[in-house]
Formats: sequence, C-alpha cells, structure tokens
Amino acid sequence: MRNSIVIAVGFLALAGLTACSDDGAPAAGPGAPTGAAKGPVAVAASDTECKVAATELAAGTSTFAITNGGSKVTEFYVYGAGDRVMGEVENIVPGLTREVIVELPAGVYETACKPGMTGKGIRGPLKVTGEHKPLSGDAKLAEATAGYKRYIKSQSQTLLAKTREFVDAVKAGDIAKAKALYPVSRTYWERIEPVAEIFGDLDPAIDARENDVAEGEKWTGFHKIEKDLWVTKDIGEDGPIADKLMADIKTIVEKSNTAELSPVLLANGAKGLLDEVASGKITGEEDRYSHTDLWDFDANLQGSKAAVQALRPVLEERAPDLVKTLDEKFAATEAELGAHRDGDGWKLHTELSKADLKKLSDSINALSEPISKIAAIVVK
Amino acid sequence: MSERISRRKLFGLGAAGVAAAGAGTVALRVAGEEAGSASPTSVHVAALSDAVPFYGEHQAGIVTPAQDRLHFVAFDVITDKRAELVELLQEWTAAAARMTQGKDAGTFGAVGGVLEAPPDDTGEALGLPASGLTLTVGFGGSLFDDRFGLAAKKPAALADLPRFPGDALLPEISGGDICVQACANDPQVAVHAIRNLARIGFGRVSVRWSQLGFGRTSSTSRAQATPRNLMGFKDGTNNLKLEDKALLEDQLWAAAADGPAWMAGGSYLVTRKIRMTVETWDRAPLAEQQEIFGRDKGEGAPLGGKGEFDPIDFTLKDSAGEPLIKADAHIRLAHHSHNGGARLLRRGYNYVDGSDGLGRLDAGLFFMAYQRDPHRQFVPIQLSLARTDLLNEYIKHVSSGLFACPGGVHDAGDHWGRALFA
Repeated sequence: MRNSIVIAVGFLALAGLTACSDDGAPAAGPGAPTGAAKGPVAVAASDTECKVAATELAAGTSTFAITNGGSKVTEFYVYGAGDRVMGEVENIVPGLTREVIVELPAGVYETACKPGMTGKGIRGPLKVTGEHKPLSGDAKLAEATAGYKRYIKSQSQTLLAKTREFVDAVKAGDIAKAKALYPVSRTYWERIEPVAEIFGDLDPAIDARENDVAEGEKWTGFHKIEKDLWVTKDIGEDGPIADKLMADIKTIVEKSNTAELSPVLLANGAKGLLDEVASGKITGEEDRYSHTDLWDFDANLQGSKAAVQALRPVLEERAPDLVKTLDEKFAATEAELGAHRDGDGWKLHTELSKADLKKLSDSINALSEPISKIAAIVVK
Repeated sequence: MSERISRRKLFGLGAAGVAAAGAGTVALRVAGEEAGSASPTSVHVAALSDAVPFYGEHQAGIVTPAQDRLHFVAFDVITDKRAELVELLQEWTAAAARMTQGKDAGTFGAVGGVLEAPPDDTGEALGLPASGLTLTVGFGGSLFDDRFGLAAKKPAALADLPRFPGDALLPEISGGDICVQACANDPQVAVHAIRNLARIGFGRVSVRWSQLGFGRTSSTSRAQATPRNLMGFKDGTNNLKLEDKALLEDQLWAAAADGPAWMAGGSYLVTRKIRMTVETWDRAPLAEQQEIFGRDKGEGAPLGGKGEFDPIDFTLKDSAGEPLIKADAHIRLAHHSHNGGARLLRRGYNYVDGSDGLGRLDAGLFFMAYQRDPHRQFVPIQLSLARTDLLNEYIKHVSSGLFACPGGVHDAGDHWGRALFA
C-alpha cells in the first residue's frame, strides 16, 4: 500500500522532534500477529464496511465471529490466491453474530463481507504467518509433474523425427520440401519450449531471430534456415547449420527428458508459452520470413494447455472456479484461432487483418491472466 | 489516519515554484512556519499530491479543479455475459476507490503478495502520493445494443452525434462501450490507474483506444489560473466552474426527470481529438491569430477589453466600422449568447503524440466537455463552429466520443453502473 507508511514531516524530524502521527499507531503492526490467542477474530460487518479486528494471524485454525450491524443480509469469506475459498459463512441476518472456523497455512489471504450476498464483497488483506502446515495433495502434485514428463517425452521423440526430416531436406537442397517441413518441425519445438529454455545457451542456438544475435556472433538455428528458404532462396551453404540444429535438438531432448520438473515450473511454463504468443506470434516477429506464426501459436497454446491439464487434479481440488475459467478461456482462444485454419495447417500471419489479430490478442490476454494465478496455487 | 504526509507531499510543499504557478493547486494552506522552524505543530497541505474523495453525489473528475495530466481510455466490451460485465464494474470500482486514495490497485499491492503470484498492482506508483487522481467512468451508446439488455435504458441524450462539416474522424480512435478518464497531477499516477484497470479487465474488455494529455486547457474553478492551449491562447476563460452552483444544476448535471433515472446526478461527456497544424498557425501574424480567437494573446482579454474576465462586447466596431470581434471569431461562435444560452464544462488537455513523419508535431487538443444534454449544448455550438469558425483552417477533428457518466458512487457498497444494471 502506497500510503500505509507514516512519515514524519522532514523538517520536523530535522528539528529533533519525535516523529509521531496524530491518531495513534496502526492497529496491527507487522511482526505482531494478533488473533493467535484463541479468542475469535471479531468482524464488524455493515452495508458498507467489513472491519476485521486482526489483519495478521498465526498459521493454523482461526475462528471469525461476524456481527452484522448493517441492514442487509451478509456473508463472510476468507479467500486464498485465485479466490480459492478457505472458509465462508452465509446468511448472516442483520443484528446476528455467526462464527466460522477456518484453517489457514501461512500466506496472504483476503477477507470479504458481502452485504446483500452479491458481488465481489468488501475486501481486506489478511496475512498469516508462522509454521507452514503441509497440505494434502502432494501425491497429486507428484503425479502432475510425472504426467507432464510423459508429455515432454512423447513430444520430444516426434521433434527429433521431424527435425531429422527437415534437416535432410535442407541438406538435399530441396527448398520446396524444406519449406513444407519447417512449420511442422517447429510445432513440436514450440510445444516444449519452456522446458528447453531451462538449458541456457541451447535455446538461442536453436531459435534465435536475426536481431537476437550480437554483432560478431554467429546466427544459427531454425530462423537462419528460414531466411535462406524464403528470402535469399539459397540453402547451398546451410548444411553445417542444419547439422548443428540437429545436434542441438538432440542434446536438448536428452536434457529435457532427464530434467527435474516442479509444479511451479509447469505453471510458469504454461504462462511463458502464452507470453511467447503475445510477444512473438501475434506480432508476426517469430516467423518473419515464412509468416507461419500461427503454427507456432497453435503449438504454444497446446503446450500451455498440456501443462495446465497435468496440474488439473490439484487445481480442481484447490481452485475449482479457476479451472472453470481456464476451460472457458482455452476454448475461446482455440475457437478464435480455429477460424484461421487452412487445410491441415494455418493461414499465414500476413493473411490476417489487424482486427483478426486484435481478437487473438484479446483472447490471449483473457487466458493469460487466470493462468498467471496458477503458480501461487500449486506452490502451497 | 487522514493526514498522512508522504514524502512526495514534502516536495510539493518545498517546491514553492510549483505552488506559486498555481498549476492545479486548489488551496495551499500552511499552518506552520518556514522549513527549519523549531516548532511547527501541524502542516496541512491541500496540494497537488492530495487525494480527492472518491465517493459522493457526483463523480469526481468533473467539477474537480482540473488536474494537470490526463490518461483517457475507451474500452470495447468483449464478453457477452452481463454478469461478467457487472462483476468487472465492481472490481474496477474497488480498485478505483483504492487508487484514488493513493493505495495500490489490489489488496496486497505491488509487493505484499506471495512470491509465486504476479502482484495485484503493477507497482510503478509505489512511493507516489494520490496526486489528485480522479477516475471517472462513462458509458457509450454502443453499450446499449442488444448484448446486455440495456436498450430500454439508453438515454435520448446519448444518441449519436451528427456528422459535423469538416469531420475527419478515425473510427479506430472514436467511440467505445465504456470510457474511463484518469486525471492526476502526476502522469505516472494517471497511467498507472488506467494500466491497472485495463489489466483487471482482460477477457472482459479490450482497450479500443487511449489518449495521453499533458497540460490542462481549462480551469474548472475560479481558484485556478486559466491555462493556455498549444496555439498559445488562454483557453476556458468563460468555462462553467465549480463555484457556479446554479449554472451547474442548469447546464451540467442530468436531473432525474431528464431521462432514465440511472443518470440522475450524472453528466454527458463529449470527447473530440482536435489535431492542430501548429506549424502553419505559428506562421500566422499575431493580429490574425487574435482576430481568429477574438481575444488578445497576452492577457486573454476579449478584443476591445483590457482584462481576461472583462465582459465581451460583441457590438464594438473598429475604425472602419467592422465588428471588432469578427462575425466568425471563435469566441463569438462559441459564446453561450450565440447558442441559446448553451454552455459547457470543458476539461480538455493538450496532447503531443510524437511527430507525424512529415517533420511536424502530431499535436493538438484533446477536447473534453461535460454537459446536461449534448444535443442541446455541444451539438449546436459545434455546428456553428464547424461551419464558419476562422480557426478551422488550422484544426481537424480526428476522433469523437460521447459517453453517459452516471452519478457518483455513494459508498463501498455501491459500484460503477449499479443503477444502470439494477
């Protein structure tokens, strides 16, 4: 909070006077959790306010006693990240006090009163500190990473095969065939890129755009060959680059299949793939010579979905509303993208109007916001 | 704790130059001594940095003394679910109530949440005071189509503006379902507010266009000096002002009997982005510039008068017997005496959107005017201006918007659009 700190007037302090505010100290200073004592935390609810007696609690079980001093029937909620309901009590009629017991591990939460029992409620922050009580669901998290590893494995096997075909076509000097295979091999690459990105310098060697490379450094990988296929139309010198691409892909596939993955990595990977779409594909910067950006778009979207699906059992348990939102937004984005299918593949980026691209951008923004909430949920 | 003094307020206090210039300073009350004094007991500053109350009968940001900076945004609603739109308006209201009081957009803020989650505030306003931020919402005519069942609630006053002679409107920077006007005395604070509202809206609304403005071009209070537009002239001398209570009731605020009840206490906002070809204007002789406006450039006095606020005498003649203030001079055509008494509360801002690639500034006026009924106020005034205003040689209207800005949010249990969606 920007204005939560009371700062003494500068020259007052210079004059050596004690800095103090005129209306007393803050209700609950940091480091002094209140409400840890076993009495209930009083909540004074009205039609316009939701005064919770403590904004910091000790981890564990807390009781909230909500008194409705307003004129409308109200509800009280404690929300975790992504509006996961940690505890709630409904139908508190005016004049009544009701209690709710909530079990809260360390973290930040929101309290909310809902006068009239509608809307988002009048919210306030709640910080819970102290010993972290492990939650159930570790087995589900382990299964999530295991499931995603299987996905990486299957995708990377196909990536090897498709890159081999592409590289062979390039080395054979078959421009038409190489052009046809270029977006196909990239599909498998783009699906697993968040894992590939763990391995520092291999990702740029495989996927750098021309302007990513510093002066004096050698430009290698998919996009160098892309430029030669579509712009210079001469792949006569690209044999060594094709060989290096194949070798780099092999290395990264080996590393990916042995990498230690975590639920947070899955969550951030799902988000990272959509960030790629927003920054590279919608703008047409990724495949600026071939304009096959929508192939990559689709692959990023599928890769993101695979990571989210792996986490689904955990999310369903911890944030069912978020799962519903994610399902909706994935479907909407797929429908928006699906309008630009062309046979087995996709229209070229240059065939889309600015209005088409804005719609795609809007749907990616709509999907990315809920996806950005996943990490904090799976880490608990 | 109403009188928290932030670091920024101290700068405001020390920066006498800023206060003396009167730029946006409404009242500067210093109940203490000079810096360094041994015993100042209290320092109260109502200045550039202070918060403007969010709740009230009318929305803030209309008669609020015009702040120095603007970030205006128009959204298209992209969800087709009424409930999602209402929920967004609730979330926006909560965020607006917080940000206008100098707080973060969300309850945890830019740095108060868990490390694994993106912060619920974007953070660029950390350490900055409220800076007079106001956030004012308006609903465009396009919102009242068949998507959300609002057609029956569309006010007659929100009917499309007619096409005016000379209009060169670009649809992509015109209109919109919902607008939010952010005014503040710090551009970073205004941009922060719009950015966070846009972020909260992802999936439900999409930014259609937005406009930055620097330098207010109107005073909305007699405590403010009249600023200048990019043509160098004082602008808004005869503006409706906060102190004109009776006129405001008559000309600014929609009454319950005017139309749908949800607009009671609200006002209608017309926006026009007016590109100025400042390069050709700057080559015009001073006499011609003054003739075009009908005012003297230095003082802002009407031609024939001495002081800025001298009454305008449209009957004065020059030595050749011609009207001193020309028949097509800007102040004559725009004056309420020539428009059936119609007046506006103007709240425009200068803008420069970089340059236009032809070696010229892409500059002008982002005109904003609030009124009780645009079809009886802005429309007749603009029709007369668009036909014959001498200024037209140097300006071009490139964007247009008309929004119904409802009455104020009463308290934390209320929200933007509650009466409209009731």
